[in-house]
Amino acid sequence: MKIDHEYGVPTVAVHTSVFQWVVRSVARANGMPHMRQVFVPQPVIGKSPGELRAYVDGNDPITGRPVMQEVIEGLTAPFGEEELKETAFERSTPRSVEPASEEELYRLFQENQWTDQLPIILPTEERVAAMLVRTSRKPDEVVGHMRPTDFREYWEYTVEKVAVNAVMAGAKPEYFPVILALAASGVSARGSSTSSMASMAVVNGPVRSELGMNCGTGAMAPYNHANATIGRAYGLLSQNLQGGSVPGHTYMGSQGNGYAYGSATFGENEERSPWEPFHVQHGFKPTESAVSLFTGCRSTAFSLGLREKHWREHVRNMLRGLDPRTPPTLLLDPLTARMFIDRGGFDAKEKLIAWIDDNARMPAGEFWDYQLAQNYIYPRATFGEEPWATRLKAAPDEPIQMFLRKDIHVVVVGGETNPYWRIMGCTYQKTVSVDEWK
Amino acid sequence: MAGRDKITVLNPMGYPPKVAHHSLAPRLDQLDDKTIYLVDCRFDDSELLLKEIQNWFHDRMPSVRTVFKRISSVYLKDDPATWEEIEANGDAAIIGVGH
Repeated sequence: MKIDHEYGVPTVAVHTSVFQWVVRSVARANGMPHMRQVFVPQPVIGKSPGELRAYVDGNDPITGRPVMQEVIEGLTAPFGEEELKETAFERSTPRSVEPASEEELYRLFQENQWTDQLPIILPTEERVAAMLVRTSRKPDEVVGHMRPTDFREYWEYTVEKVAVNAVMAGAKPEYFPVILALAASGVSARGSSTSSMASMAVVNGPVRSELGMNCGTGAMAPYNHANATIGRAYGLLSQNLQGGSVPGHTYMGSQGNGYAYGSATFGENEERSPWEPFHVQHGFKPTESAVSLFTGCRSTAFSLGLREKHWREHVRNMLRGLDPRTPPTLLLDPLTARMFIDRGGFDAKEKLIAWIDDNARMPAGEFWDYQLAQNYIYPRATFGEEPWATRLKAAPDEPIQMFLRKDIHVVVVGGETNPYWRIMGCTYQKTVSVDEWK
Repeated sequence: MAGRDKITVLNPMGYPPKVAHHSLAPRLDQLDDKTIYLVDCRFDDSELLLKEIQNWFHDRMPSVRTVFKRISSVYLKDDPATWEEIEANGDAAIIGVGH
């Protein structure tokens, strides 16, 4: 609400009622606890003008008072003494929890929403110290900052705080540099989006074999200790170091997402891949270790192999099944990767990506009518952002590209038991060095 | 029984930032003859609800001028051009809807 406190324009924000806790806590964390907020029933989406007029003529479901009376008062009623008080305050987090029995501590961690609802390892001084031995970084060094959504404040965390969460996840100390790299990314695995996002972490380089990570049969869970606990640590550290992931407050995912338990963490099967490793595509040497982060994991399409006659149509069908906002990352078993070479001549990932980019199309009218296109792409197109502005000019029945080439990726994973493969709708964020955190 | 002995464990939460106070703009005396911007954050049909608020003003408080204004891009981006326009030409704003 910069318009109110920075530009001096008295403002009222209208929200739907399910957001009451999250918008109030955001206002408080931004130093505006008395921001004028009015609530209407959920949902607004999909309602007719008549139904929405009834919302406007009706009562705020939180306060029971008329919506428009609250709007007018929000713009005209002077601030009271309490509202004018300075609200700046320091917040801190103690290093330790009050001593208690193991049973009490397990209950406390659960009640405080510090877990993923599965049993955790209690982070004693000894266990955390054992984790810290596996990095050259000092315990009090700041690793990064994280938040669950663009509207919230960034929280800060140190090497020791990351170690605490790594212990809780059941990770072995030798995994710690990978976990630190994940934390250093600043990319949260616990985004609060109503769309119920999960994250994906792809590990490349020698660290995969050093830690015994699985890149082959069953790599994507739940069959390998390193994959499972590194991924779990990524989720726990995200929710705790960013200040929480609590439904209704700091998490608004309507349905939730099973991928979030382990953040789809695995190693790329570089040894069986016919192509360049993912981290090498992003500026690292093959001898370096790195982890790549993807967010927005929600939609998946899958298939078996590539049939000689109609493989192109089958892949196009899969692509059109994705939501149009989230670009595709192809997760290919090594057998499928070689089939793509045999069928299409894609002897480099870039060639396959170019083909996907050109073939992921749908009629413009259908594309722009998707709610996610309306929310996130149409506004950018209408204000001239390319290539969306050009694609917006297409006739309704003209097939337009659904994604941007730079957002399409390919990763090879799997044990060659069969050429099954899938497309994960997700957004690549960054690749972070693991070696720098050893 | 070992499980009942008191032990000390470390707190897993990160460090929150200091919260700085932001003063809100003074409120208006009344809305007659004032210009209110209805700011569409372009999320989940917010436009339709704001247009009904605009209709309400037309029906019930016709002396209030309303201007429907879409933010310049998606709601995730700051929009100083729009805020400056409202600061220059408006008296108040209603923003909606959603987060």
